[in-house]
This record gives sequence, structure tokens and C-alpha cells, in this order.
Amino acid sequence: MIKLDNLTKIFDTSEGPVTAADHISMEVPSGEICVLLGPSGCGKTTTLKMINRIIPATSGTVFINGEDTSAMDTVDLRRSIGYVIQQIGLFPNMTIEENISVVPRLLGWQPERYKARASELLDMVALDPSTFLKRYPNELSGGQQQRIWVIRALAADPPVMLMDEPFGAIDPINREVIQDEFLKMQAELNKTILFVSHDIDEAVKMADKIAIFRAGKLEQYASPDTILAHPANEFVAGFVGSDRTLKRLQLVRAGQVMGARPTFVQPQQSLSEALVIMERNEHRSITLVNSQHEPIGIISRDVAWNHQGLCGEHYEGLHGIAQQHDDLRTVVAQMFTADSSWLPVVDDQGRLVGDITQRGITHHLGATYRTQG
Amino acid sequence: MLFNQARRYLYFGLLLLVFITGVWAERSGVLAELLEYDEDIRYLVVAHLKLTLISGGLAVLIGIPLGIVLSRPSLARHAETAMQLLNIGTTVPTLALLALAMSVLGIGNGPAIFGLLVATLLPIVRNTYTGLLAVPAHLKEAASGMGMLPRQLLWQVELPNALYVILAGVRTALAINVGTAPLAFLIGGTSLGELIFTGIAVDEPIMMLAGAVPTALLAITIDFSLGLLAFVLVSKGVNPLRQR
Repeated sequence: MIKLDNLTKIFDTSEGPVTAADHISMEVPSGEICVLLGPSGCGKTTTLKMINRIIPATSGTVFINGEDTSAMDTVDLRRSIGYVIQQIGLFPNMTIEENISVVPRLLGWQPERYKARASELLDMVALDPSTFLKRYPNELSGGQQQRIWVIRALAADPPVMLMDEPFGAIDPINREVIQDEFLKMQAELNKTILFVSHDIDEAVKMADKIAIFRAGKLEQYASPDTILAHPANEFVAGFVGSDRTLKRLQLVRAGQVMGARPTFVQPQQSLSEALVIMERNEHRSITLVNSQHEPIGIISRDVAWNHQGLCGEHYEGLHGIAQQHDDLRTVVAQMFTADSSWLPVVDDQGRLVGDITQRGITHHLGATYRTQG
Repeated sequence: MLFNQARRYLYFGLLLLVFITGVWAERSGVLAELLEYDEDIRYLVVAHLKLTLISGGLAVLIGIPLGIVLSRPSLARHAETAMQLLNIGTTVPTLALLALAMSVLGIGNGPAIFGLLVATLLPIVRNTYTGLLAVPAHLKEAASGMGMLPRQLLWQVELPNALYVILAGVRTALAINVGTAPLAFLIGGTSLGELIFTGIAVDEPIMMLAGAVPTALLAITIDFSLGLLAFVLVSKGVNPLRQR
């Protein structure tokens, strides 16, 4: 857990004092990623750097796991925090192994221990230790450097990590990949992470909580969904963008919105049975599943009305299929592509578990406004 | 490709030139005459090397720490002033510098070493200073953010990354030093200058060559050894000599 209590930074400049961070108070629960978000010069980086005292705070206190850090020695404090800066901060004069083991060596680990740790971390990001340990940073591609630079911060297994726009310098495709890898890693490691970004999409994707800064002040601190659905003021609303409701789609999985009791028919059922089910539910089409309960096609009401026979003989192909873990953005994109108002939802084994409708999605997104009145 | 080819022709031309010169030296008897100074050359090369290595060694021992101290942030305001002072050491002609050393310290090897030391200090300090300042700020921030002490930052990050530039300064300094050491003869220092200046004085070109050629060879040898040292000492990750 990281707790900031009235953290303030006033810089003395030639044009008089400038308040870069003004009484910032917030609390990041253990194991969560908090993204500090805002335009440049808003104080988010200053706030981050006050935590490991790269920038000394003018006033205020930082607590890490309940401990007041102002009582701690600066060097000890920094060695217990993983720190990832904006630029790729790998030391070019050191091999990858030496780079990864900087903090463990500072902490006085035995060589066997930090060497094993370096290999373990390389394995974690799917880089072969036998190839990479003895290489130098300039022999690696940008994406590889990026990965190593993130795992270097993890070397001594710090409970807390500070990341200053860590993925800002990479191209969009690699950034997506590394973000996903990072989230997967975080799901296992459960670090408490403070993460500076100026990209709202990155924030929505990575964050458990988002803190929005403007001119040194914390404007809103809440979950991504709350920030998007209920921006605290004009500034936050403007910053998250007019399409903020669409951004919320990323936050919800198909499994959370789907109707859990989907209607379906099997190939050996007759079309008239299908018609009855559709009429009872006021549906215009119905999913056909095979014996493994996997969706294989749909039957529309017109077909069932105009034909006789078995469902297995008169179905058309699926318009699309949603995975339970897909976010709603993916689902909606599929619906739009197929010009379809609903999709069957399947679990990891490909079995039908529900159906998701455009109406259900808009209902879900709107729910937060109805409960708030 | 074209460049490589041109270089190969150049090498070949040089080799040919050396060979022709060698043949000429042998046929015309210059070589035999040069070898008459064999004994003098041996004695003076050792003395010359002694002058260079002592003054150069002292310059390294003083220059590198001085460069490090000047590059510390707490001294940033005074660094350029100090550098200008050292600049005087190079702007004053070396001969005048040696003359000054003589007028203060008298004649002999001592004043010669002092004069050479002053003349070669600047490139070392300058390169150490700029080399350290050129280490990217974000590397230093990353290092201190990871909990390195200033001492660890200097030894593990700053010096290894600046080493190539520092050694280049030492290389320049020693090249100047070897080339200037003959002048030490004029204030009573023992060096190959003895053959050169005497050769000029008694109008004996072969004698002068007996001093000049070994001086040039010494300069090349020292430069080559320092290049080798840079190749070995500077980490492969930041060594321009070892990039593919």
C-alpha cells in the first residue's frame, strides 16, 4: 500500500515560487495499479518522483505499507522500490545480466543468487537467458530493451514500483504487446504500482485506479469506470474525451453483460419448435448448437416460418461469436461488422454460455447513471 | 565498398614507399651511418621514455581526478574557470613553458618533467570532464533512483561510460608529450632532442635523423599501445572500436 498525505512540492524559480504538486493525498491499495494521468506539467511526474525522493518533497508524507518513509534512509528506500524511468535506462556499459542484477548486487546478494534471478526474469518475458545474459543493450532491439528494463526494476522483488511513462518511447504495436505482457506479469506478481501516463487509453487499459492531475492539483481519484462515467468536473470530462462512454466498453467483459440463459436449438429439433421458442422470447433468430454445445449457426424467424423440417437442415452461418473474456469494444466491433444486434457468447472451451445484445450493452453502460439518479 | 578498395590501394602504396625508402637507405649508406649512433639512440630512447612516462603518468594521476572533481555538480559553477586556467598551459608555446620552468626550477630533468606535465595536463582533464558530463542524465537518474550511492554511480556508471573519451584524452596528451620531450634537451633534460638539436647545430642531417626517427617511432608505439588499452579496457557495450 502506498499512501500520500498532503504531499507538496514548491520549486523556487527565477519567476518566483511554482507549486508543482499541491497537497496531494491519495491511497493506493496493495496489488493495484494506479495511473497518474494528466497533461504535461500537471505535477504527475513530480508526485511520482517525490516518493523515491528523486525530487525532495517540500512538505507532506509518504507511507509505504503503513511505514512513514521520511524516517527511512534514502538509499534503503530507493533499493526497496522498483523504478522505471521514461527513457530506456539500461546501462550500456553492462551486459544484460549485470544490468538486471544492479539492485541485487547493491543489496549484497551472493552471485549465484542474482545470476539465477536474472535467468528467471528473462524466462518470464520469454527471452532466452543463454542468448541474452551476456549481450549488451546495444545488441538488442528496442522492444527487447524495453522488456529487460521493466524486469530490471523487478529484480530484487520490490513490493512497490514507480513507473514514469514506461511505454511512451515505443511504437504503438510493440506498446500493446508489452502492456499485455506487463498486465499478465502483474496478475501473478501483485505489485503495488504507481504509473505515470498522459495517454487516457493506456490508463483505462492498465489502471485499477486513475488519478487525474491538473496544474499540481489532484482533480479526481477513482476507478477508470467512475472517471469515465462520472467525471468530477469539466476538466476531467474534457481530458477523458467526448467518447468516454465508448472507452468504458474496454472495461467490461462480455461475460459480465451477457444473458446467462441463452435460447438455442439442436439440429434434430424441428423448425416449428424453433419458431415457438423465438416467438416466446420475441427473438428474431436463434442459435443452433451441436452435440458438444458449440454454436454452429443461426436460424432466423423468416426461415423457420417459411420452411418445414429439421433445424439441422435450414441454418445459416454464424454472424460472429464473442468470447466470455472479450471486452465489449471487441464485441461491439464484431456486431457492427456483421450488422447484427446480438452475438452468442462462448466459454474457453467454445461452448455456448450466453448471448449478448446491443440493448444489453447500452443498458449496462447506462445502469451507472440510473442508480446515481 | 569503394572506400575499402581505396584504403587497400593506399596501404599497398604505403608499403611500397617504405620498401623503396628502405632500399634507398641501404644503398646510399644512410642506414649504415644511422647505425653508428646505435649506442646513443638506445641510451636516449630510454631516457626519453623515462621523461615521457614520468611526466605523462603524473599528468594522468593528476588530470583524471581533477576532471572527476570538476564534473561534480557541486563544482559546476567553477569548472569552466578552472578549465580556462588549464588552457593557458596549452596556449603558451611549449618552448616558453619549458623556459619558464627553467627560470623557476633551474635546469635538469626535474624542470623538464614539470614543463611537460603542464603541457599535457589539459587534454586529460578536458576529456575526463566532458566525458563524464556527456553520460546521459537519465542514466544517472536511473542509477540513483535504483539506490546507488554517488561513489557507486561514479564507478559503475559514469566512469565506464566515459572511459573511451578519457582514454582518448590520455592518447592525445601522450602524443603531445612524446613529441615535445626533445625540447627538454634545451633546459638540460635528457631526451632524443640531444641528437636532433646537436645534429642541427653541427649541420649533420643523419645525426638529426637518428634523433627524429626514433622519436616518431616512439610516438607511434605509444599511441598504438594506448589504442590497444582502450580496446581491452572499455566495455564492449560502449566501445566504438568493438562495434560490428
